[in-house]
Amino acid sequence: MTAYDGPEQLEAQFAQWRQYVLRRRELQAVDADELEDHLRGSVDELVAAGLSPDEAFLVAVKRMGSLDDISREFAREHSERLWKQLVLTGDAGSPAAGTRSRRDLWVMFGCAAGAVVSVKAPALFGLTFDDDGSFYARNATLFALPWLAAFLAWRRQARPVVIAVLVALFALGAVAANAYPLADDSQSVVVSSVHLPIALWLVVGLAYVADDWRSSRRRMDFIRFTGEWFIYFVLMALGGGVLAAFLFNTFAAIGIVPEAFVSQWLLPCGAAAAVVVAGWLVEAKQSVVENIAPVLTRLFTPLFTAALLAFLVAVVWTSHGIEVEREALILFDLLLVVVLGLLLYSLSARDPLAPPGPFDKLQLALVVSALAIDVLVLLEITGRITDEYGGTPNRAAALGENVILLVNLAWSAWLLLTFIRRRTSFAALERWQTGYLPVYAAWAWIVVLVFPPLFSYA
Amino acid sequence: MKVAKDLVAASATPMVLGILAEGESYGYAILRRINELSGGELDWTEGLLYPLLHRLERLAYVEASWQSVVGERKRKYYRITDKGLAELAEQRRQWDTVVGALKEIWHDRAPLTVNPLEGLA
Repeated sequence: MTAYDGPEQLEAQFAQWRQYVLRRRELQAVDADELEDHLRGSVDELVAAGLSPDEAFLVAVKRMGSLDDISREFAREHSERLWKQLVLTGDAGSPAAGTRSRRDLWVMFGCAAGAVVSVKAPALFGLTFDDDGSFYARNATLFALPWLAAFLAWRRQARPVVIAVLVALFALGAVAANAYPLADDSQSVVVSSVHLPIALWLVVGLAYVADDWRSSRRRMDFIRFTGEWFIYFVLMALGGGVLAAFLFNTFAAIGIVPEAFVSQWLLPCGAAAAVVVAGWLVEAKQSVVENIAPVLTRLFTPLFTAALLAFLVAVVWTSHGIEVEREALILFDLLLVVVLGLLLYSLSARDPLAPPGPFDKLQLALVVSALAIDVLVLLEITGRITDEYGGTPNRAAALGENVILLVNLAWSAWLLLTFIRRRTSFAALERWQTGYLPVYAAWAWIVVLVFPPLFSYA
Repeated sequence: MKVAKDLVAASATPMVLGILAEGESYGYAILRRINELSGGELDWTEGLLYPLLHRLERLAYVEASWQSVVGERKRKYYRITDKGLAELAEQRRQWDTVVGALKEIWHDRAPLTVNPLEGLA
């Protein structure tokens, strides 16, 4: 027995034991308090019976039985603890975090309200959804995304320079959407309306990474954010659809048809607010809930790989060339986007230090088969693009996207291959993907800003 | 001899409520008391006692309060409520029936009074 073998060491042992207890999700701090009191009672009694504190502690812990058994019993009574719940106003146990997340909540409400007002503000100037549909279609993302960016910039405490850049980019987007003399039925309007959201979403990304925009890790966080945001938004849209359906049908049952209310107020305002709320939810839940996007990619990567391989086999087997219809290029662009999404969200959830495994090989197979299909499509198309349809904004944009995605996926495939053969680290792949984000942004801005004059507002 | 686990579990609620009916108490003392009452034959674990106490608390049969004891130590005391007393009375009636029936069989050795008509049925 040393001189240290006294109360201090006993306290240290209690503290260590408490750490073990708190590591279990089924046991919370109050349970740890209660069990610790029990343990102390047991130790006191054993010491009174003549054991040394050290021995008493060992015996008492042994008597208490394994923590596995205890937490299993606790889990049966407190099964809700195995389900992580969203606490709207933060952890009650830590007042600092609580104030912070309450403030978040209020700022979120403010931004969501701002988005709602933005959607309805043009109506004050006589622009209605029915008569000026194309105005709303062109500007749809300009109503809500600046508010989401504002919320994120506030959360990241963005510097004035970043805020100025954000404001300038949104203003640029507004100009691009409204300044060009585009006819409502022109191709350029459609192409712009598709690309402006992409450009603006990456501006939101700039707000997201405002605290450290060069960092590859932060950009990867933004990719994760995008996936989760999309899933929350879709879930809210489903909920909103159910709400609208009930509202419509119940009121219709008593002879009031709330069509105007639903289409003019509920849907646009709800969608605008949902954009901000989804962003807030992802921020609030990021440590509470397992990310869903990677789970979905795990499920669908094998299925997509099988589908693409089957398609390739079918092409070779029937030696039937791919019919390049008007929309085919866009279809195959979307295919590449899906493959890229599957790749990105698997990357985002992967432990960067883990060695290459079978799933990485599966991904390589997926990417390579997508590339093979795309090359076939491109071969079919190059002959025709010049003579048959000529250069239209649609075609140029689709072709540009195809090239961008092809380059990304080809280099990704190469990096995956070298990673599987252990020639390079996983970080290279991650850096490639996060470094590529500005390319998408640049292309989207080019299409929005340069294409309309380039194709003489066709 | 150790009492079977199922029997321990079945008797746990009336046992704890009965002990708390004597006065408010806390986990460790309740366990000691059970040990004492059963001469060490009832094998109670912490994994049985504390979740049970929490369940009784959720059902509002007991109410809990944290009280500080020596130094910084805090202890969670449990007190039986009126609802808990009612539950205890109900459980006691059930146990009396079971125990009474078992006693009837084992100790009183009362002659079997089977109705011959029922016996045929």
